[in-house]
Amino acid sequence: MPFDLHPRLRTPAATLAGAVLLAGTLAACGSGGPSRAQTLEVWTYQDASTHIQAEAVERFNETSDVQLELVEIPGANYQERMRTAMGTPNAPDIFFNWGSGSISDFVQQDMLVDLTDTLAETEELRDAFVPTVLAAAEVDGGVYGVPMRGVQPVILFYNTELFEQVGAEPPTTWEEMTELIEVFQEEDITPVALGGADAWTSLMWLEYLLDRIGGPEVWQRIETGEAEAWGDPAVEAAAQTALDLIDDGAFGSTFLSNAYTNDGVSTYFAQGRAAMHLMGSWEYGSQLANAEEFARERLGYSTFPVFSDGAGDASAIVGNPNNYWSVNSELEGERLDAALEFLKHTTDDDYLSALVTNGDIPGTAGVDDRLDDHPDPEFARFQYDLITEASAFTQSWDQALPNRAATEMMNAVDDLFSGGLTAQEFADTLRGVS
Amino acid sequence: MSAPPPIPASARRAESPHPSSPAPVAGRRRARDTGRPGVLWAVPGLLFFGLFAAAPMVLVAWLSFTSWDGLSAPAWSGTENWSRLWSDPAMHRALRLSLLLTLLSWAFQTPVALLLGVWSAGHQRSRAVLSAVFFLPLLASSVALALVWRSILDPNFGLAADVARWLELGDANVLGSQRGALLAVAFVAAWQFIPFHALLYQGGARQIPRSLYDAASIDGAGTVRQFFAVTLPQLRNTAVTSSVLMVVGSLTYFETVLILTGGGPGSATTIVPYLMYETGFRAFDLGYASAVATSLVVVATGVSLLMVRLTGFGRMRSTREGM
Repeated sequence: MPFDLHPRLRTPAATLAGAVLLAGTLAACGSGGPSRAQTLEVWTYQDASTHIQAEAVERFNETSDVQLELVEIPGANYQERMRTAMGTPNAPDIFFNWGSGSISDFVQQDMLVDLTDTLAETEELRDAFVPTVLAAAEVDGGVYGVPMRGVQPVILFYNTELFEQVGAEPPTTWEEMTELIEVFQEEDITPVALGGADAWTSLMWLEYLLDRIGGPEVWQRIETGEAEAWGDPAVEAAAQTALDLIDDGAFGSTFLSNAYTNDGVSTYFAQGRAAMHLMGSWEYGSQLANAEEFARERLGYSTFPVFSDGAGDASAIVGNPNNYWSVNSELEGERLDAALEFLKHTTDDDYLSALVTNGDIPGTAGVDDRLDDHPDPEFARFQYDLITEASAFTQSWDQALPNRAATEMMNAVDDLFSGGLTAQEFADTLRGVS
Repeated sequence: MSAPPPIPASARRAESPHPSSPAPVAGRRRARDTGRPGVLWAVPGLLFFGLFAAAPMVLVAWLSFTSWDGLSAPAWSGTENWSRLWSDPAMHRALRLSLLLTLLSWAFQTPVALLLGVWSAGHQRSRAVLSAVFFLPLLASSVALALVWRSILDPNFGLAADVARWLELGDANVLGSQRGALLAVAFVAAWQFIPFHALLYQGGARQIPRSLYDAASIDGAGTVRQFFAVTLPQLRNTAVTSSVLMVVGSLTYFETVLILTGGGPGSATTIVPYLMYETGFRAFDLGYASAVATSLVVVATGVSLLMVRLTGFGRMRSTREGM
């Protein structure tokens, strides 16, 4: 035999060969597939709106040489997936994000295409968007995202039946709010539903309280990196007001066990066990899906009450101005052109109609005449007016800040609401967050 | 009588109907052939361990001396992360909670698993059926279990809410109270892992020679006395194995916390592995997260070595010496 190993070595040699092959296979996993050169990978956040992006990609592919491939990323891990993929060969070419804080680290590493000139030169995009909506895609003076979904202001939802029962109107001032809390408690109804197990729901209260007490400027200073602005007396006052709400039983006794993400709080609210619920506009859609009768007949909506001695006014809103498409700066030539071409289609008739029909209010000006296509035109008009007439639109704090600062802030919020920090300690802790 | 001419070993082997025939020359040859496996046999295992355990560990240890956001290149920062770790109140709290959880888990799981295991070591059919049932939680994924328990503990819609109402305990604010959340984590961990440890004890108990019990009963020992005088001392090594696994498992416990409590309320259940995850994959402060991870490896290794040393397990002394 030409190749005759000693029997003693035969098996180990085969094993070694196998191991080497295996290692080779593992190493091969690192490099991308062969098709990456011709197609662009588009990442979107997977939820009930994903089909709109899928249709847009399909329409684009019909006429383009460069093909797009939509990848739907499960929502809960989107941030982590996006962050860990960027800067690797597996990074998306065009991707969904929340603007500012969620992309500011990428901008610092020059990983995104600056879209400022594209927006200024492209007729379809130039004046299309509401300025406050586009503002959240700005980082260091450049625009890095194009709005691609609905505007999601945080709204004070309430149960109209329970309000009728106690003969009350939705509160417009903080005095009315505190009175209502007492009234509902006497009726053995939880005044406000809160999913405190998800700290971002607690955060919504602080966002509005700070806006109403100190005006939107306080947050604007914090957002632009002025950590000392956390020392503004309005921050401590807002935190103290939140603690007072907890002490007064506004959120009930089990709010720290309640979660929003498993629909627990929304169901509790829909069952008439709580009178009010401060939540993003998407709450309407999820109530419509889970408790249609409640959504159609008893779900009221209102603006957040104002403080008589506060600096903020009733028309200022907080929430998510939009979601955005950003483009990876690795793209060049034909591929980059195709990506920019795709962004223009976010203001197409088809795309905007699909958004409105889905229950979203696009971040574009002049969609009034489309609002009748919304599943609930009255709610659509309420939101549209809220957005277009907003004196200020504060972006959700956790999305406005870079990841590291946002995580520290969320821990402080969680500690505040669970009794681990006083209002003053809360403000002091956050002063260290840069 | 003249001896037959020596036959070459290979030829003899070919003739022999039984390859294992005890011919002296062939026997020596065989021992060298198959007795102890060569080093090459360990290659696949070593390769896997090296690639997926040792290499990442070395990498993480190196990263703990850098500042890295996951996007740019890691920048050497010397011992900055480590000095921060030393004085970080969040780390201190996480370490305290991890140790508390470990202690709780050990103190609760060991007696239950021991009793269940010894009980199920009996060969009665009913015991066999029930053992199979007890074993079920071990087969489910931790994530699924955590989700189920989270639903059960929901203060408004869970079973806990109904139980609290029947017992007139007021609100079922288990996951919302500092102490309740940690106890819930310890309980779910116990519920999930007791079957495994019971299995260890069952195996251990079945190894105990019948003769010891016979002797004990001749000496007039009842069931309880037999348990303490025979079973327990005989299970000594099993107990050490089980305890080391429990302690290391509790120190590195993660999924249940992530899903059941998210480290909350506040930071009431932010144990070290969760802190590591949060620092690494929420805040993307990967250098500091690596320092937390490295310290966890060091502490867990140290604790298990200490346990092995203190219990004399390392001397490999049999509980049946002299029998």
